[in-house]
Amino acid sequence: MRTKFLAVPYVVWMAIFVVAPIILVVIYAFTTADGSFTLGNFSNMLDYLSVFGRSFYLAFISTVICILIGYPIAYILSKQGARFQRAVIMLFMLPMWMNFLLRTYSWMSILENTGLLNRFLNFIGLPSISIINTQAAVVIGMVYNFLPFMILPIYSVIVKIDRSLIEAAQDLGGNSVAVFRRVLFPLSLPGIISGITMVFVPAVSTFVISQLLGGGKQMLLGDLIEMQFLGSAYNPHLGSAIALVMMIVVTIFMYIINKFGDGEEQAVML
Amino acid sequence: MRKKSSIGGKIFMALIFLFLYAPIFVLIVFSFNKAKSRTQWTGFTFDWYKELFSDSSIMNALYTTLAVSIIAALVATVVGTITAVGLSKMSRRWRSPLLTINNIPVMNAEIVTGVSLCLLFVFLGSFLKFNLGFGTLLIAHITFDIPYVILSVMPKIHQMDNNLMDAAQDLGCTWFQAFRKVMIPEIMPGIVNGMIIAFTMSIDDFVISYFTAGSRVETLSMRIYSMTRKQISPKINAISTLLFVSVLVLLVIINVRQSRQEAKAKELERKLVNK
Amino acid sequence: MKKIIAVVLVLSLLCLPTLSGCGSSSGSAGEVNVYNWGEYIDESLFELFEEQTGIKVNYQTYPNNESMYSTLKTGGASYDVIFPSDYMVSRLIQEDMLEKINFDNVPNFELVDDVFKSPDYDPTSEYSVPYTWGTVGLIYNSDMIDEEITSWSALFNPDYSGQILMFDNSRDAFGIALKYLGYSQNTTDENELNEAYELLESQKPILQAYVMDQIFSKLESGEAAIGPYYAGDYLTMKETNPALKFVIPDEGSNLFYDAMCIPKGAENKENAEKFINFMCSTEACIANMDVTGYASVNREAWEEYSADLSEEDKNVMYPSDEVIERCDVFINLPQEILDKYDEMWISLKSS
Repeated sequence: MRTKFLAVPYVVWMAIFVVAPIILVVIYAFTTADGSFTLGNFSNMLDYLSVFGRSFYLAFISTVICILIGYPIAYILSKQGARFQRAVIMLFMLPMWMNFLLRTYSWMSILENTGLLNRFLNFIGLPSISIINTQAAVVIGMVYNFLPFMILPIYSVIVKIDRSLIEAAQDLGGNSVAVFRRVLFPLSLPGIISGITMVFVPAVSTFVISQLLGGGKQMLLGDLIEMQFLGSAYNPHLGSAIALVMMIVVTIFMYIINKFGDGEEQAVML
Repeated sequence: MRKKSSIGGKIFMALIFLFLYAPIFVLIVFSFNKAKSRTQWTGFTFDWYKELFSDSSIMNALYTTLAVSIIAALVATVVGTITAVGLSKMSRRWRSPLLTINNIPVMNAEIVTGVSLCLLFVFLGSFLKFNLGFGTLLIAHITFDIPYVILSVMPKIHQMDNNLMDAAQDLGCTWFQAFRKVMIPEIMPGIVNGMIIAFTMSIDDFVISYFTAGSRVETLSMRIYSMTRKQISPKINAISTLLFVSVLVLLVIINVRQSRQEAKAKELERKLVNK
Repeated sequence: MKKIIAVVLVLSLLCLPTLSGCGSSSGSAGEVNVYNWGEYIDESLFELFEEQTGIKVNYQTYPNNESMYSTLKTGGASYDVIFPSDYMVSRLIQEDMLEKINFDNVPNFELVDDVFKSPDYDPTSEYSVPYTWGTVGLIYNSDMIDEEITSWSALFNPDYSGQILMFDNSRDAFGIALKYLGYSQNTTDENELNEAYELLESQKPILQAYVMDQIFSKLESGEAAIGPYYAGDYLTMKETNPALKFVIPDEGSNLFYDAMCIPKGAENKENAEKFINFMCSTEACIANMDVTGYASVNREAWEEYSADLSEEDKNVMYPSDEVIERCDVFINLPQEILDKYDEMWISLKSS
């Protein structure tokens, strides 16, 4: 059958622009500036364990918050009429059309000490709160930017769940907690898992959000990598090593997904 | 069973929308602000919109952004669709690893994709004597766009009845005719979705562009990033508002058309069933 | 659906000609790729330059010397004119990353004040043309801070907790800490550096943010009360918020010279020289001073421009010899000290 050869051009493209760059990263990670083999880049990374710790911690918090917000939203949405659902899904996508940097920058205007939120609070007689340049601000930025990536996959799974299964469970005497725990949740798990990847990965590697909302005091992995390539500490070999370690974490995530899901990723849906 | 969601649910959803749209609202409002300040309202003006069109650096960045996003999304849609068709005919043994590789740009951290492409382009550039520029930017965008198209087209191909293509060919169509007349219409929603996602990803991308664009070209995102280091000109708010509104209009049109088509399809189905 | 695709296609076709029009090929005289600090030039000069020479200016900015260095090192991007500071010029010369400038193409070099010719950072004066110079000082909001600030100690004063901004680059941040401790900004003594590190670490909890050019909006709007920055930028900020004051602390500070250089392998070297020549002209220097607030090295331009300045502004832009006496000029440090800087900086920011 010749149809399958249609994929050949893209396979070649992938080899050059997806696989080869990653091989380059691996080569860089294991070499020094003069090209000799070393493991030093990895042992140097030990100095930056706190950055790893903070990145994973903040990304984890953001992911959990995204699930706690995203799941109920997806569930509520799935019970609405088809037209309403489509409109709301579009509304979730829409913010992505306002530039990502601008949206994050806009949070700065809102959260600043003399910002809009505090002025509003003062206006209604409440005391100011100080959020900007803290970890909380970074988490808000992450949740804000990545929430749609949690809602959409969960929604697309929930909406396909056969309603009769839930009804059957209810008929068989399951209360709503039991129905959720034994039926709904397990069935929507693939959506949650791809949502987790879609939120966790960008959250762990962001460098813009921490720069704008963290006041440069909350260095994350993304900042560290950016610094090695285009920032103040020029060392692409160390940067590659950090990127490589991060990539391995991502691969482990993908492995988990392939175990739970069908082996073929269908996370992104409008 | 269609239980209306509780009041609590509705309030919750409204709050989330407030959260999602507050910054956008702020941006749009302050594109009409007289002063440059991004928190002090000093009066209404259209000046930023007028000045926008004479600011050559912003206009150039806009052209670059639109050109890259549109070309990349189109190329990705064509290549992605063809590839998805090809992949669907492969045995699972081949398809699975290829799809996993295809997933890499989606699942990988953007910064790693950007950095690794930057290393590749610099490496190739030193042999083939080229510099980072529009070409490398475009290649990078196509590379991260295609997977989204494939991911959105594949399920539609799976849903399609395989016999349709065979039937069309048995009835005398060439493979290409069958592909054009039978397959494409069947998987069209997936293709359109894929194209929209690809375009969205391209136009919103900053990180990958930042690492692959080089010295000559600048996308809107890159322009904005260099501005966030100091103060963003309200002109940027203005251009983003314009982009936002035009996309909104475009999406509404697509949406209305889609639901109209679906309504038609349902109508047809009902008629057929009733007969 | 077909129609939508058709519309998108038409749109893209419409975009293409405009693109190639405004892309690489405009003007027969070619282009020049300029890479500068943010907010460090009067961008309207580009049009004038294009009119005069037909050379198109592609302009991009960087936030500090080190990231400019990284970008050059990474390669791929080709720039024709860069604006490194003193110590970075030395480093680039030392690492053979600069082209020698053909001064026959830069006749306006004559206009540069002799004081700035053959500087320490480029002893043979073959690689660089001075651009501006100035000092680092403390900028504070006199509405928010009552006392008269005269010392760097204000940056470490818990009374101003949450109101303090600090440089987001290692060399300037450590430079201030070292000066406050009474050491040279160019020290290679690890104990002194460690002491500076501890000082900065103790400052972090009372710090609002590490910033570069973001300091403009934060000080102008009263979001923060005090922070160190470049003298020229103070003049720009003062226009928006007159309550801001500038002081060069008693302990002394940093004196910098920024220069225009051509990186090795620049594709448009001659255009770069024309651009540099243009930037040395009295007209361009005055325009730049007006926009950036940094003193030009062009004697004629400075005299003409400073005639209209208040005494205070003049002192900020062109500090007296007595002030200069107290200041250090950064010199390029040995690699192991630079590594130490990077390591301490990352560990400071991630602590």
